[in-house]
Amino acid sequence: MFIRHEAIEKNAILMLVLTLITVSIGGIVQIIPLFTIESTIERVDGVRPYTPLELMGRNIYVREGCYLCHSQQIRPFKDEVERYGHYSLAAESMYDKPFQWGSKRTGPDLARVGGRYSNDWHVQHLTSPRAVVPESVMPAYPFLAERKLEARDIARHLKSLRSVGVPYTDEMIDNAAADLDAQVNPDADPTALLKRYPRAVVGKFNSQAEGVTEMDALVAYLQMLGTLVRISDIPPERLRQ
Amino acid sequence: MSTLVSIGELLSTLWTVWAVGLFAGIGYWALRPGNRQRFERDAQIPLNDER
Amino acid sequence: MVLTMFWGVAAFTAGVVIAAQLVWPQLSFDSEYLTFGRLRPLHTSAAIFAFGGTALIGTSFHVVQRTCRAQLFGGAPLGWFIVLGYQFFIVIAATGYLLGITQSKEYAEPEWYADIWLTIVWVAYLIAYLGTVLKREEPHIYVANWFYLAFIITIAMLHIVNNLTMPVSFFGTKSYSAWSGVQDAMIQWWYGHNAVGFFLTAAFLGMMYYFIPKAANRPVYSYRLSIVHFWSLVFIYIWAGPHHLHYTSLPDWAQTLGMVFSVMLWMPSWGGMINGLMTLSGAWDKLRTDPGLRFSVTAVGFYGMATFEGPVMSIKAVNSLSHYTDWTIGHVHSGALGWVAFIVFGSMYYLVPVLWKRPAMWSTRLIGWHYWISTLGIVLYISSMWVSGIMQGLMWRAYDELGFLQYSFVETVAAMHPFYFIRLLGGVLFLSGGLIMAFNMWRTVRGDKAQAVVPAATAAVAA
Repeated sequence: MFIRHEAIEKNAILMLVLTLITVSIGGIVQIIPLFTIESTIERVDGVRPYTPLELMGRNIYVREGCYLCHSQQIRPFKDEVERYGHYSLAAESMYDKPFQWGSKRTGPDLARVGGRYSNDWHVQHLTSPRAVVPESVMPAYPFLAERKLEARDIARHLKSLRSVGVPYTDEMIDNAAADLDAQVNPDADPTALLKRYPRAVVGKFNSQAEGVTEMDALVAYLQMLGTLVRISDIPPERLRQ
Repeated sequence: MSTLVSIGELLSTLWTVWAVGLFAGIGYWALRPGNRQRFERDAQIPLNDER
Repeated sequence: MVLTMFWGVAAFTAGVVIAAQLVWPQLSFDSEYLTFGRLRPLHTSAAIFAFGGTALIGTSFHVVQRTCRAQLFGGAPLGWFIVLGYQFFIVIAATGYLLGITQSKEYAEPEWYADIWLTIVWVAYLIAYLGTVLKREEPHIYVANWFYLAFIITIAMLHIVNNLTMPVSFFGTKSYSAWSGVQDAMIQWWYGHNAVGFFLTAAFLGMMYYFIPKAANRPVYSYRLSIVHFWSLVFIYIWAGPHHLHYTSLPDWAQTLGMVFSVMLWMPSWGGMINGLMTLSGAWDKLRTDPGLRFSVTAVGFYGMATFEGPVMSIKAVNSLSHYTDWTIGHVHSGALGWVAFIVFGSMYYLVPVLWKRPAMWSTRLIGWHYWISTLGIVLYISSMWVSGIMQGLMWRAYDELGFLQYSFVETVAAMHPFYFIRLLGGVLFLSGGLIMAFNMWRTVRGDKAQAVVPAATAAVAA
């Protein structure tokens, strides 16, 4: 039997339900397959969860709204690849909660900024951007270099990430505070950290201040961006989605 | 979740059919000459609300 | 009965007016502020949710009561709860931004505690709205209500799915999204694009379908077209999200789907535009005498322009140039200032005298001033962003004769400087227009003698 539109337009509930169905279709068709089609995320080696220090740095990146001017998503064009490096893989942001791909490049892309500049350059640039790049329009963040990193509940951060699907092990959670210290404290032994988090960059990132500052965490995060996957080691067919 | 997945698979094959059907239906209903008068009345609703 | 309803609505709209006036000062924007990263969410949320949202709640209550000939379901207490609850949401979200509390999802920045509160308010809103529609005396549900209803229900769905997070602790503000990486990106832009589609488009179309016929005193051009407009818009819009993710790590099939639907979206959008404009056929002279209506009509014009530009930008070849540049910013503002703000201004200029029972706005001439200053502001804004956006995109991809990239990134930043200044000028003009409006409204509400031709006494007696 043909449903008369008259019935719809006179029955608010029916109308509401039909509207909801109509708007749901698009979402279901576009979103669900991204979870079910296995090739959505390329099978490449090297991607691991963030170290505790990197995670804290990432949270500062989020807090300051860096994503509003810096993308982390290199598109497969000749000029972008030459400027920023190999195009971004879905796998590289698979543990990003939330993603930081961004939508605007008031500043340059940061997807592969890791290792491109020295720690001191980053500290200087974040403290006073125009001292390093005169034409820059970036705000200055001098307070990061002085403020101590608040990370007492670091284990809880890892735990809540695990509850939404990031594969932190019990060992990682138990050693979260120690790992955070080991990555930045020159006197600590980073062996265990590096075993749990391969390719982590270790060092005193902010040489301007004692102890662990927010600057240390942020620079640690910037220095690992795009460094986990060694693109040249991957056979091309693995990059296909 | 698994029901959502099966719905998703079903929809991804059937949504075009559904869309065409939906729009044909709406188009037919909206343009049918028999409804013309009623719509003209309905369009007056906002103008008749001062009581 | 009519009087009670009248005052109920007047009270709700007072919320709109106050909130909107608080918002306009924030509509001035530019990058010279110290921490752009924290102020930018404040700006977008203030414009979309504080200014736009409050205007929508206020007008939707007015429209639903008028077109259903019924008082608001739940009466004044529920209405006040929604209006004030929504204001409270805006306050806690905005203070959070300044403190650096953000989910970093564009247009969904508020953290989990604000999201939960908004969900409660939104459900109350749905109940009040639907309840009013259900107890209506008019047999037919007028099309404006369809758009408002679709807006309320779809935003609820988008809000809940996109904001699923796991708080780190009950007493802390930080939470981690349930989604990650590519899926998170898709869900975010499914949300983000439909915040535009249903918040800034569908709902404001509801406004258009009531206030333009009202102000022009003529029924909408084609009621049939409005029905087709509604269903096609609702169906197609929801698919368009992936065009924000062209050439990213999102799989190609999803990008293509997003592009196809975005281009298709052009048709219902222009159907709606034609419907709005043609409502005035035979009454074009009103544009000369009623500057409030001029706002609404220009809004529809900008709607047509922005919804033409949008599909063009969603074509992958164009997007490869426009994405990440100021072109997008210009596009958003031709929609936000030209369409959303103008349709609100037009509706407010109609509504304020009606609610406060004044014969007309205090000064018609000031409305005219507001109109021209704002229009000039928009033109400056969007044309500077077109130039800077396209220039930026071309400079990024330019090669010299030796095959090297011609410009370093920072050279492109320096090249933007003059255009950022023009943009600021446009923003300042638009803001001044807003202040003129606020002043005019205040004088109207205070009851100062109108400068208009209609004698004030008759209306006062009728009240």
